[in-house]
Amino acid sequence: MATSAKGAAQRKSGSASQKASASKSRGSKKSPSGPPDLSRDEELTAYREMLLVRRFEEKAGQMYGMGLIGGFCHLYIGQEAVVAGMQMVAKEGDQVITAYRDHGHMLATGMDPKGVMAELTGRRGGYSKGKGGSMHMFSVEKGFYGGHGIVGASVPLGTGLAFANRYRGNDNVSFTYFGDGAANQGQVYESFNIAKLWSLPVVYVIENNKYGMGTSIDRASATTDLSQRGRSFDIPGEQVDGMDVRAVKAIGEKAAKHARDGKGPYILEMLTYRYRGHSMSDPAKYRSRDEVQKMRQERDPIEQSKARLVSDHKVSEDELKEIDKEIRAIVNEAAEFAQTDPEPDPSELWTDVVREREAS
Amino acid sequence: MAKLRYAEALNRALREEMQRDPLVFLFGEDIGSYGGVFKVTRGLMDEFGAARVRDTPISEQTLTAMAVSAAMAGSRPVLEIMYADFMPLTLDALINQASIYEYIWADQVRMPFVLRTQGGGGAGAGAQHSKSLDSLVAHIPGLKAVAPATPWDAYGLLKSAIRDPGPVIFLEHKLLYNMRDEVPDGEETVPLGRARLVREGTDVSIIASSRMVHESLLAADRLAGEGIAAEVVDLRSLRPLDLDTLLGSVARTHHAVVVNEGWRFCGYAAEVSATLMDHAFDDLDAPVARVTMPDLPIPYSEPLERAVLPGPDEIVAAVRRTVA
Ligand SMILES: Cc1ncc(C[n+]2csc(CCOP(=O)(O)OP(=O)(O)O)c2C)c(N)n1
Ligand SMILES: [Mg+2]
Repeated sequence: MATSAKGAAQRKSGSASQKASASKSRGSKKSPSGPPDLSRDEELTAYREMLLVRRFEEKAGQMYGMGLIGGFCHLYIGQEAVVAGMQMVAKEGDQVITAYRDHGHMLATGMDPKGVMAELTGRRGGYSKGKGGSMHMFSVEKGFYGGHGIVGASVPLGTGLAFANRYRGNDNVSFTYFGDGAANQGQVYESFNIAKLWSLPVVYVIENNKYGMGTSIDRASATTDLSQRGRSFDIPGEQVDGMDVRAVKAIGEKAAKHARDGKGPYILEMLTYRYRGHSMSDPAKYRSRDEVQKMRQERDPIEQSKARLVSDHKVSEDELKEIDKEIRAIVNEAAEFAQTDPEPDPSELWTDVVREREAS
Repeated sequence: MAKLRYAEALNRALREEMQRDPLVFLFGEDIGSYGGVFKVTRGLMDEFGAARVRDTPISEQTLTAMAVSAAMAGSRPVLEIMYADFMPLTLDALINQASIYEYIWADQVRMPFVLRTQGGGGAGAGAQHSKSLDSLVAHIPGLKAVAPATPWDAYGLLKSAIRDPGPVIFLEHKLLYNMRDEVPDGEETVPLGRARLVREGTDVSIIASSRMVHESLLAADRLAGEGIAAEVVDLRSLRPLDLDTLLGSVARTHHAVVVNEGWRFCGYAAEVSATLMDHAFDDLDAPVARVTMPDLPIPYSEPLERAVLPGPDEIVAAVRRTVA
């Protein structure tokens, strides 16, 4: 292919610089130059998006505690900058696919908070009419392809979305998210090989929040620099400070361009952290309170963005309060809807079914 | 006799078998320091060390194949697959390897491994964490499959499964882990391949396994009020099937209703039903009835999930139709 020589050269320089940025992003969170600043509008957009996810998740947590949400509920609190930053580089027609920690992704793709919350409470107005629950929602309109409970499954599925983009000849990109734990599933590497072999437009976004359930990454992974997991396939990869929405956006832009330009897949390892347990039923005894506190106090993506809004963009306390108020109103409205919307009618069981003649 | 929770009974069986046989080791996702998501392996890593109770990466396909070959190479692995819904990832190793090699390599290999998993609905866990896939594993020749309904059987069957010279799939149920009941104090095992007559009756045999045994007992209580004496048989082993107990029961009652939480089409209940037609046709006064999940993904919504899971209502209705 015509692009292959150029691609190889790019990959080389990519992996050289990523080494440097990897060690930097591990040590101090900022590389010396720091990620490029966002414009005032961009920073405000990112802030709103992250705050919406945070408040939505806090509300979902409360509602779970009140017994309004059952089964599983995996909160995204702490990881907001990842999806907020990545959505800033997505364009119409791009796809997003992830695992079960999916509420943030849905909100960021523009899905209606009411429909998401109502799915959590299993109501008619939920995105899956109450049949899916927290882990299983979908919106073709917004390019959100789920919501998957089988760890690792989002990766080949996301690769297939890219396959369709390539086949149909559009310039859309599949943003395929998965966790540090999922990164050890075999199908991830089958996907990497195929995506590279066929130059598929996919950006693999590994959300490394340091734990897969109760197992820390170093207890599950022989190598913990997950950005380098595509190396033997010659897929460029970078570690990104996933707590800094500016860094996510900047590197996301580069990766998306690479994929859109027909140069094939790109791997972004987002160094992030989940503040809550794996799911609502996990007391998270496998890590110290200090570890969590330190992250919240020193690295919180929303606090960082807020500080920049105040100091760099001279956004006033009143304006921030106003935003907070707006977002609380959106979330409250979603929660209200999710509690008053009726449960699905029993007849709903038999809609959307490929139904054979009933056996006697 | 001690009363233990189903999860504790399993834990005790694992502990005793590890004490008895140094070749027995456990591996699986979050079974060690986390103690297993249903706490079945709680405390075992502390007691036996991280080499015998191993936390693994999330890699079910490979883990299962490793259980197969590690067993062939002379150890006794006990692998935990967190949810039965992840069993499809293990199937190549089970269908194309575990079920074949003892047969074609004749006397050269033994495959003493146990794959523990848990399934079942009723927890609001949705379509990818609620399935009963009994038929998927019971379908495979060369494997044994058991599904205990009580703490006693959980304990006794797990010990037998670990001691068995071949592969055994051990199917637990997430709603049974907190069930507390008697477990024998001694070293008592429950043999594989033997059903248990749980309740005697003269009018109909309700044949069930796992949680459906308890639903069947509730149904039998109700039926008694209508003057129908239902016998309840707990299969315990899905494969091999205890044909003698089944045929004995049907010879007494002349009617059979098979209850299984899995899907209907090509499901486990269909197999039991066909087996009864094969062997007990002359004893039967009516066709064997099946009570199963409808052929649907399990919905999250609580009322919808309740509607698809077989329970006393459906069992009572099936019995009434059968004996009418
Ligand atoms: C195939 C499969 N194996 C195991 C599980 C159980 N499980 C659910 S989440 C999880 C941990 C995944 O961790 P990670 O990929 O890091 O995602 P995170 O929860 O941190 O977002 C495990 C083991 C599953 N759902 N699917
Ligand atoms: Mg993780």
